[in-house]
Amino acid sequence: MSTSAATTAPPAAATAQETSATVEFRQVRRAFGAAVALDGLDLAVRPGELLALLGPSGCGKTTALRMLAGFETPDFGDVMVDGEDVTAVPAHRRDAGMVFQSYSLFPHLSAADNVAFGLRMRKIGVAERRARAAELLELVGLPQHGDRYPHQLSGGQQQRIALARALALRPRVLLLDEPLSALDAKVRLTLREEIRRLQRELAITTLFVTHDQEEALSMADRVAVMHAGRLEQCAEPAELYAHPATAFVAEFVGTMNRIPGRTGDDGSVVEVLGRRLPVDGPQAAPHREVEVLVRPEAVELLADEEGKARVTGTMFLGALTRITVRLADGTVVKADMTTHAAATFPAGAAVTVGLPDHPVLIDERRA
Amino acid sequence: MNANTGRRRAATGPQRHQPLARWAVVPLLLFVAIAFGIPALAMLGGAFTTSDAGPGTAVHYTTGNLTASLQGAYFTALLGSVKLSLTTALISTVVGLLLAQAVVTSRHGMLRHAVLSASGVLANFGGVPLAFAFVATLGNAGVLTQHLGLDKAGWSLYSFWGLVLVYLYFLVPLMVLTVISSLDGLRAQWREAARNNGATTWQYWRYVALPVLAPSLLGGFVLLFGSAFAAYATARAMVGASVPLITLQIANTLGGNVFAGQGNVGLAMSLDMVVVAGLVMAVYIPLQRRSARWLV
Ligand SMILES: Nc1ncnc2c1ncn2[C@@H]1O[C@H](COP(=O)(O)OP(=O)(O)O)[C@@H](O)[C@H]1O
Ligand SMILES: [Mg+2]
Repeated sequence: MSTSAATTAPPAAATAQETSATVEFRQVRRAFGAAVALDGLDLAVRPGELLALLGPSGCGKTTALRMLAGFETPDFGDVMVDGEDVTAVPAHRRDAGMVFQSYSLFPHLSAADNVAFGLRMRKIGVAERRARAAELLELVGLPQHGDRYPHQLSGGQQQRIALARALALRPRVLLLDEPLSALDAKVRLTLREEIRRLQRELAITTLFVTHDQEEALSMADRVAVMHAGRLEQCAEPAELYAHPATAFVAEFVGTMNRIPGRTGDDGSVVEVLGRRLPVDGPQAAPHREVEVLVRPEAVELLADEEGKARVTGTMFLGALTRITVRLADGTVVKADMTTHAAATFPAGAAVTVGLPDHPVLIDERRA
Repeated sequence: MNANTGRRRAATGPQRHQPLARWAVVPLLLFVAIAFGIPALAMLGGAFTTSDAGPGTAVHYTTGNLTASLQGAYFTALLGSVKLSLTTALISTVVGLLLAQAVVTSRHGMLRHAVLSASGVLANFGGVPLAFAFVATLGNAGVLTQHLGLDKAGWSLYSFWGLVLVYLYFLVPLMVLTVISSLDGLRAQWREAARNNGATTWQYWRYVALPVLAPSLLGGFVLLFGSAFAAYATARAMVGASVPLITLQIANTLGGNVFAGQGNVGLAMSLDMVVVAGLVMAVYIPLQRRSARWLV
């Protein structure tokens, strides 16, 4: 199937739209000795979407990706592509293009030959290989670099070539395992946009592994947050940020303040900073010491001579400034505001801290 | 051509900034000049002169020694040595690579440790002790020969293939030592990227691993060829004259076993050896250069 897709060369976007694949992990479990890499992962990827797998190091992201590429087999559960279980298909027939973290280009082949490698393995003629390689080099913005060897390319260029190579066989799924983590910040930003543009253009179902929440939020259609081998939440970036399903997601995505509070007569309200706010998401038992999770941009500061909180520092972030405040009980709270507004809160200033009238997430109190 | 000049510029670049580095090699050059140059000059001189006449007569320059060294039994011996060295180097390269790969892919750290230590010892286990060990096990009256009736099956240790077997005993470990670090250098990503691009295991080896390993395999092959070509004591102790080898012939002539005054022919044969070694290097260096282009 993929051979015919590679030999006939219709416009990429048109075919991809029709053939965009679905991917599904069902109850996938994988342990390496005592280390459980995947602990019953359930995840469905929609056709043509870019889904970011986000999570701390060691949470099983790479294992999940490698399972789709055929480099790992589940101990239990199914990995489905377009509704078919692919766990028995060997890696070289998986039809899933993969981009590795770094240094995966074949060192003895030129960029063009790297890109055309898969076509060569499929015994496709030289002329067609050349043409397809040139087309792909053009696609990743390196049409002049076909003759260069990997060691003559910068890290960013190498990853572009790796991307072209991964796309050469017109795979049904594109897999990227932290492809930008070895690059410097500026190149990372351009490549982010480039990958996103390409992915949209080809409408190829894509899994993008990263531990960088900003990268995930800025690139993905949906973000799947993983923790200890399981899926915590899978949602669109804005939804994930505004309505994190669990405390783990809340803290992993963006910055979170943890402010001590206490649940009311029933678990649906919480008393915090002298106010009663409705509880969002999972509730706790009545009259329990908890912590209330609040984003820095939701925290309100009021200059107040009588205020019991003190500004301890300010961090200039450009248009925004992050102000650090110490409450009377010692809790440190971060508040984001426009740099202009922040000018009225010099270090040492007395303030009162307020919260808007929105439902808040709570979590168990930490020691 | 282009790549060539580029590389040369790159190579001389750092030196420009460290003029002292140039002087650091002087002791080495001196050492080479004395330890290698003087014998080489003596050999050259001897190979092209004759001392047939008695003492006091003038030295005659001649190409007769060289001509003689490339005829008859001497030439057979030279060819025999080349054949033996090529055969053993080729077999050892293949076997050494397979063994090293088995060690690298094995999960047991102990195995790797054991194989490396054993190789280190065996690679240097040559000469008379090795010959004796083989004679005792696989010689005409050897333990295995008797036990398995190998002699009736036509086996003789004192033959070309007998000698090949003995040489493999130290050449294979040498190859394992040479190639194992290169195998470690094969990145897992390359294998996986190849698989991901539709390559079977065989295709991965054919189109990625072997080409990437080529420079070090080639280097290993040349090293083995040289070791086998120059080996003397083992062969001497084992086969005497039954397998024609150039080193044995040289020893004969220099030792005066054949005719008095054949020493100069011996030196001419040494010169032949140098030329063969030179030819091997002449083939090897361009190949190595070409494949090392991407291994910067
Ligand atoms: N081949 C392996 N052998 C042993 N343990 C492994 C292997 N691959 C992954 N692990 C373990 O599985 C867990 C998840 O790894 P991984 O999927 O690489 O995490 P991530 O990519 O999210 O950082 C880790 O604890 C890791 O040590
Ligand atoms: Mg990883």
